[in-house]
Amino acid sequence: MRQVLSSLIALAPAALLVSSPVFAQAPVTAKPAPATKAWTMPRTPDGKPDLQGVYSNATTVPVARPAYLGAKEFYTDEADKAASAAQAQAGRGGGRAAAPRAAAADPEGNGLAVHYDTSQFGLGGPTVKRAASLRTSIITGPEGRVPPVLPEVKKMVDEKRAYQQAHQWDSAQTRPLAERCITWGFEGPPMMPVGYNSTLEIVQGQGYVAIVQEMIHDTRVIPTDGRPHGPSEIKRWMGDSVGHWEGDTLVVETVNYNPQVVIQGAPVSDTAKVTERFTRVDPNTVRYQFTVDDPKTWTKPFSGEYDMVHIDGALYEYACHEGNYGMANNLSGARATEKK
Amino acid sequence: MQFGPRKSRFVSWLVVAAAGGVLVSLTVIPTPAQAPAYKAAKTKDGKPNLNGIWQANNEANWDIRPHGASQGPVLSLGAAYSTPAGLGVVEGGEIPYKPEAAGKQKQNFTDRLKLDPEIKCYMGGVPRSTYMPYPFQIIQGTGHIMIAYEYAGAVRDINMGAPTKAPADSWMGWSNGHWEGESLVVDVSSLNDSTWFDRAGNWHSDALHVIERYTAIGPDALQYEATIDDPKVFTRQWKMSMPLYRRLEKNAQLLEYKCVEFAEEVLYGHLRKQPVQGKGDSK
Repeated sequence: MRQVLSSLIALAPAALLVSSPVFAQAPVTAKPAPATKAWTMPRTPDGKPDLQGVYSNATTVPVARPAYLGAKEFYTDEADKAASAAQAQAGRGGGRAAAPRAAAADPEGNGLAVHYDTSQFGLGGPTVKRAASLRTSIITGPEGRVPPVLPEVKKMVDEKRAYQQAHQWDSAQTRPLAERCITWGFEGPPMMPVGYNSTLEIVQGQGYVAIVQEMIHDTRVIPTDGRPHGPSEIKRWMGDSVGHWEGDTLVVETVNYNPQVVIQGAPVSDTAKVTERFTRVDPNTVRYQFTVDDPKTWTKPFSGEYDMVHIDGALYEYACHEGNYGMANNLSGARATEKK
Repeated sequence: MQFGPRKSRFVSWLVVAAAGGVLVSLTVIPTPAQAPAYKAAKTKDGKPNLNGIWQANNEANWDIRPHGASQGPVLSLGAAYSTPAGLGVVEGGEIPYKPEAAGKQKQNFTDRLKLDPEIKCYMGGVPRSTYMPYPFQIIQGTGHIMIAYEYAGAVRDINMGAPTKAPADSWMGWSNGHWEGESLVVDVSSLNDSTWFDRAGNWHSDALHVIERYTAIGPDALQYEATIDDPKVFTRQWKMSMPLYRRLEKNAQLLEYKCVEFAEEVLYGHLRKQPVQGKGDSK
């Protein structure tokens, strides 16, 4: 220890005087490693921040903050996080609160969003890489949850849910969108972590950023050449996205959603606008921030944030519709039951 | 008119050409007999720039072989959905089926309303996705090139690094790419046996191996070649070739053709509680 200290004392003035990189580095290695080492933003050949790669956006951070945490947006450290979870478990007498379902918000409210035991497929738990986070919820701000929908929207949602419940086995068209392999409900925007296969890839071409999400192989090709949104007559399942760079942040604005699109349990309207921000914050992490604004659906806008972490390997094909044996099996089962 | 001293034969040719007009100029261009191949504009990192929205403009999706016009399979759709004639895209015109494999194509064609994966909104596979009547977009990244297809939202991720191996067969296959001069060459393996080449029922097995070449032949056109190898079905390798054209609309963009909704009735309609009344030509 004394040796280290004396060498530090000897080196510090030398580094200041000579300002040689060799000397300058020495004190740094003697100190505890700083959180961020010298890192420069990697850039694509055309000078834009390079966001390319395969990422996991899996997380254990719940969408909505558990009520007992109040306005607490961050745990102070991992110990605080563990203590809070233990407290919740003791207080509520069950594991549910302690292990909030990994952001699986169940967008259609039918319990189907996570319908597999992911550990059974080696897709959950320790097999999945997640960005470390001390956030108490993905939704940011003092409330930490999606605001209430307008009363007329709630009425519509309830009616639709009741109809679907009563007619759930009538036809493919009355089954949930995820089960029909049309949209998983997490592709967004805003892109939300999924219960499993929470993986996406970003590729940047000239004037475009493309994002492929593994679930149902949904691809968003986002022009960044300054063009306006397309005609409002064209509604899309993933909306109509255009992007631009603000400094080193990719900002993407999306409008023109298909009216069947559901975000966090609520069907969006023709006034829905989602703004996303992608910022590479270190060699392995892209920070993802979003704001959802639809004055015809929610009482106020809401925002969220999580980090996605780079993973090795490729994106694999998720041929959902092509392999959808469940649809025919469920419907034929329902018809057979009716005959009994 | 005065001419200066002859500096070279080239100058004199140019002068003669200019004076003599097009006919003369064609005969005196001082280059080798073959015109130099087109060289694509380059990306900032020096690769041929293939970024863009592309589409075939041919009749290969009906039948990749030469074929005359014919009645479509749904009589009530009359002239609107019948088959246009096409010169074909198969080099030599013929697909070298093994004798036992040729019969399956005919059976596929007869039963196409039941069997064609396009009707079911299944991903088109390679090479069919390239010449289906929908645009696709090449997004040329640095380590990966993505091809996004409008039809069924299919997508391919072409790995441009050290070749990797597929963990399993898939609809769009496993793509490893590299540059050969002006051409993007893509090795596509691990394709499943469930896609077809066209609506005529031309088919392949899971032994299909495709080598694609994408080469710019002008600022707004690519030549696409696909070498097809499938020893279970064909007696030899064969090749298809066609130009692809850039979508030049100022606001051109890939839209959504998420076709699952359009295929649900044909796939699951017989399992409905209440049959749909008065839709299309359902019986």
